[in-house]
Order: sequence, then structure tokens, then C-alpha cells
Amino acid sequence: MLAAITSLMLLGFALGSLLGLASRYLKVEGNPLQKEIEEMLPGSQCGQCGYPGCAAAAEALANSRAPVTLCPPGGVVLAEALAGKLGVSIDLSTLEEKQPMVAFVNEGLCIGCGRCYKRCPTDALVGGPKQIHVVISDSCTACEKCIDVCPTACIEMRPIPVTLQTWHWPKPSLAYTA
Amino acid sequence: MKLFRIRGGVHPQEHKQLSAHKAIEVMPMPELLRIPLQQHIGSPAVPVVRKGDSVLKGQLLAHAQGMISAPVHAPTSGRIIAIGKHIAPHPSGLPVRTITLKADGNDRWIDLPGPVDPFTLDANEISERVAAAGIVGMGGASFPSAVKLNLGKRFSLHTLVINGAECEPYLTCDDRLMREHATEILDGVRIMMRALGVAHCLFAIESNKAQAHEAISKAAGNHNGIRTVKVPVRYPMGSEKHLVQTLTGEETPARALTADIGVVVHNVATAFAVHEAVRFHLPLISRVVTVSGGAIKHPRNLRVAVGTPVRELLAHCGGFREEPARLLSGGPMMGQPIINTGIPVVKGSNAVLALTAAETATHPAMPCIRCGSCVKACPCGLVPVEISARTRHGDLQGAADLGLMDCISCGSCAYVCPSHLPLVQYFNYAKGELTARQRAEHKQKETKRLAEQRAERIAREKKAKREAMMRRRQAARKRTKSEKAGANV
Repeated sequence: MLAAITSLMLLGFALGSLLGLASRYLKVEGNPLQKEIEEMLPGSQCGQCGYPGCAAAAEALANSRAPVTLCPPGGVVLAEALAGKLGVSIDLSTLEEKQPMVAFVNEGLCIGCGRCYKRCPTDALVGGPKQIHVVISDSCTACEKCIDVCPTACIEMRPIPVTLQTWHWPKPSLAYTA
Repeated sequence: MKLFRIRGGVHPQEHKQLSAHKAIEVMPMPELLRIPLQQHIGSPAVPVVRKGDSVLKGQLLAHAQGMISAPVHAPTSGRIIAIGKHIAPHPSGLPVRTITLKADGNDRWIDLPGPVDPFTLDANEISERVAAAGIVGMGGASFPSAVKLNLGKRFSLHTLVINGAECEPYLTCDDRLMREHATEILDGVRIMMRALGVAHCLFAIESNKAQAHEAISKAAGNHNGIRTVKVPVRYPMGSEKHLVQTLTGEETPARALTADIGVVVHNVATAFAVHEAVRFHLPLISRVVTVSGGAIKHPRNLRVAVGTPVRELLAHCGGFREEPARLLSGGPMMGQPIINTGIPVVKGSNAVLALTAAETATHPAMPCIRCGSCVKACPCGLVPVEISARTRHGDLQGAADLGLMDCISCGSCAYVCPSHLPLVQYFNYAKGELTARQRAEHKQKETKRLAEQRAERIAREKKAKREAMMRRRQAARKRTKSEKAGANV
């Protein structure tokens, strides 16, 4: 009887201290999933999702407060990757892809104030003071931050034209499924 | 010679009798030529002429740009009247940068250096001449040939395969070229063997082209190293990986080159162009095109200047017998629809087909009955029924896992499907969409990198500002101290 009680007490004590030590030395700061998700996001802090930055968006995603399709620059690719990570299923056939856009500076109106390139999260706008600014289309994510700060409203978003290199056949439609 | 069986394939009705007996005829030079700057895989050529310039036949119009590219030459003498956008010979109908040349009717050649003996040239000189002549693979893929002739440097090669299979129905341009220019083709073959540094060549011709086979065998004579081989008539025998497998029994690894197993494949028309370029300095400015199909009044094989609008080819062949149901550039199995007859003939165009409704036989799609015909027909050993189902439901990753990227888009599956499902159309869509997604993924990675760099830069600037401020403050403090000290003295 006594042996059983002592052995159980010892066991409890030993395991309890082990857990205590583990909670002290193997402590995880924050939600690890959030960090992993943040690494998957573009990190341009553009705010198109409605959250103040990618960290906030990642937190919302980790706590399943936001849909996996929230990130416009990430597009379908990111939505699929996030769905895989979070183990949720998304119906991609219903997800309509926003037409990819790119910023365009109307050179006739640009006064070279330099506000837009200070705002651009990916340094896609280049120019100097009192020089006409220009957009590096390959770097632009169409976050529209530059539009708000432009004093002459000379920046607009234009769809990226389809070229021979980017064109591909559309999905065939089956009459009998309609 | 022992041949090896390939998996799958189909045997569509050949329809080659429409134009096989017609000798190659030189098409009269049209008034306006539209010469696209991108007629090949790789970067577009860069124009070296300006609007208003007069050019001579064979003059360089645009030079190659980058490693994989090809120059473009003037197909006749005349004046450049525009360098701008024109509808591309492409199913999208999108514009491509094009040089418009107005022919002056004299067809006057630029001064060419005299002929040389190619067998005094080394491998590099041969491939340089091939590159300078703007030669691209003329079987349809349009890959710059000089790059393929340089493969000997990176791979240990043992055999050159000349592709005279011409497995697509209706096409007879390679057949006619082999019958009429066998000696020239064989000369081109020997030049290519020299460039590649290989001792063996297998000249593969489908067994339905007896006369071509005879002509080539005769021209090859007892030249050791070159062997003409009759391969069975089966579509897609002309696919390079399948042709190599038929001849050598070796299968090219997935997403690898035939060079990985020591073989390089070139088309017969390319061999002919190489002969002309290396021996006589002639650039690639014309090619043989088959104009055929049930709706064409007089099917023919024409030698056409690059840049000739398709409309002129159709008119030269007497126009239409009846309203065609479909106009195609290339064969009926893998050809692309012509949406505007203003598009020009380019280096890779091998045929213009006008098919009647009876020939196209379009049927409405029915539900899949899971008969497995497509699995039996697939020459790549894929399961089209499963891949198309995944594609239809938007699971492109699933489709890729089943080997979508190994599909050669030959169309055998769609050809045999009793439910007339657009199987190969699904695969073409899925391949394009997957590439687009890869591009998007790449862009996202770039965005991340740019954002990180920017954050770093801003932090660095802030730090520098703070430090400068500190220094200024310290300097000011020192100054006031010394001023105080000065006042005390």
C-alpha cells in the first residue's frame, strides 16, 4: 500500500517537474503557425486584404478569422498554398481571379513630387524630385498606395496586356455539363 | 534493321494523295510581305533596318538577341514600309512586332560570298553559319537549329536522327522535298553530322513514302554512317522522343532532351536549309508549304517566301471548292486554327489546310464512359481520362502529379475518344495555366524580396540619420563648451 502511494507520488513529482521544465525551456512565443503563414505572404505590407500588414493578416488567417483567398497579390497560387497549410478546402473554380493590373504614370500630369515612390512597398516607382516618375511594371503589385498620395491624380491602374508569351488556351467548356 | 515498338498512337486517314503527286512549285512573290520578328522559340529579333530603307534579297533585317534567338532576312528586294505590330501567326490573334516589306519585283540578291566546302569548316564555324542564316527547326517547333547543333559540347552524342516521318495527315512538304532534293538534303545531313561530331545517322521515313525512301537511299549511296530506315506508319511517329525510341529502343527520360541519351533529331527541311546556308551562304527566307484539304480547289506544294500572307497561298491554289469548316496552320492533329488569312507564312509553317465539315467531323461532347480508349492511345503512357477530370475540377496540381507535363499534346486521346471529349484541349489549357501560376509565384517571391530590401534600406537610412543627429548634437555641445571656456579666459 505504502509502496504504491510513494511510487505514484514520486512518479507524479518527477513527471510534473519535467513538464514544468519543458514549459520553461521549450517555450514557444506566439502561434508558430502565424509565423509560418507570414513567411508565405508576399510581405509587401500593401494592405489590400484590409489588415494593416502581412503580420496582422497572418494572425487573422492562423485564427481562421480571414478566408485564404484574402491576398490579391498572392492570387490563386497563394490561396491554394494557404488552403493546403491550414487544411481547409477551397473551391477554386468559383474563385474569380482579379485581372492583374499594373500602375501607370501619366507623364503629362506628373510634377515629380516624389510622394509615390516613398510610399511604394516594392520600390516599383522610380524618379527624382522634379523628374517624371516611372513604374517598373515587373515589380508593381497594383496595391494602389501610390494613387492615394498623388497630388495630381496622374497614376492609374491599367490591366497588364496579354502577350504571345503569356497567352494560353482557355478552359474548354462542355456543353453537356451546362 | 530492328525497330522497337512505341506505346499507343493512332492511325488517322492519311489524305496525302491530295498533294503528294504535285511537284514543288515556286509561288510568285507577293507585293507585300509581313515578316514577324519572332518566328522562333526564344527572344525576338532586333531590327537593324529602318522604315523607308531599301533592302536586297537575303539582307539582314533583324539580328538575333540573346542565347536562344534567330535573325530574320529579307525574302526579296524592296522597301521597308513599316516596322510595327501585325497579327501574329498564332491562335491568340495577338499582335507581334513585324517588318512590312514592299517587294520591288526585281528580286535582286545581295552580294554573296562564293560557295565553300563545308568539310573544311570546323564544328563552330558550321553552327555559326547556321545561326547567321536564321535557321530554326522546320518541323513546326521552330527551335533555333544552331543551338541544337552545339549540343555536342554539352552531351556525348552518338547518333543524328533525321526526321522524315511526316506523320501528320495531309502534309506532303517533306515528302516532296525528299523526292526532289535528296542530294541536297544528304549534303545538309553530312554537314550536321560534322557539326555534331557524330559518326552515325539514321534517316527515318515512314513506310508510306516509298519514293522518298528510294530517292534518299539512292542519294545516300554507300556513304557509311548514314542509314535510311523505314518506320511504321503510326501517328505520332514524328514526335522526336517517339522516333528515337522506335529507332534505338531507348526512352528519353521525362522532361529531358533526346541529347541525354546521345541522340539529336533534326527535320529534313532543316537539313536542306543547312545545306543552302553552309555551302552557299543562303539565309532561310523561303520554305515548302503544303496547301491542302477537301475545301481547297487545287491542293499543292509551294515554295513560299517567308512573310507571304496565307490569303495569297489560298488564292494561288484556286481558292475554295466549298466554304471550309476550319482553316488550319499545320497538320489536322496538332495544327493551330487560322483566325485571319492575313497572317504570314513563317519559318515553322509547314501547311495551310482548309478542311470541310465532313473532314473535321465535330461532334458535341458526351459524358465519359470510362472506356479507356484514351489510355490505350496515349503514346506517353499517361491516363488522359484522369488528368482531364482533375483539370476540369481546377485541381491542376493533381493533373501535374499525374504527368501532365509529359504530355506532348499530340491529340491522339481526343482523336479516339468515343464521347468526343476535348481531352487535349484540357491539357493545353492546364499547361498554360500552370505556367501562368509559376510566373505568379515567381513574382510573389520577387515582391517579397523587394519589400524586404526596402524595409532594410529604410532601417539603414533611419539609423544613419540618428547617428548624424547624435554627431551634430555632440559637436554642438563641444562648441558651446569651448565657447564657454573661451569666455572664461
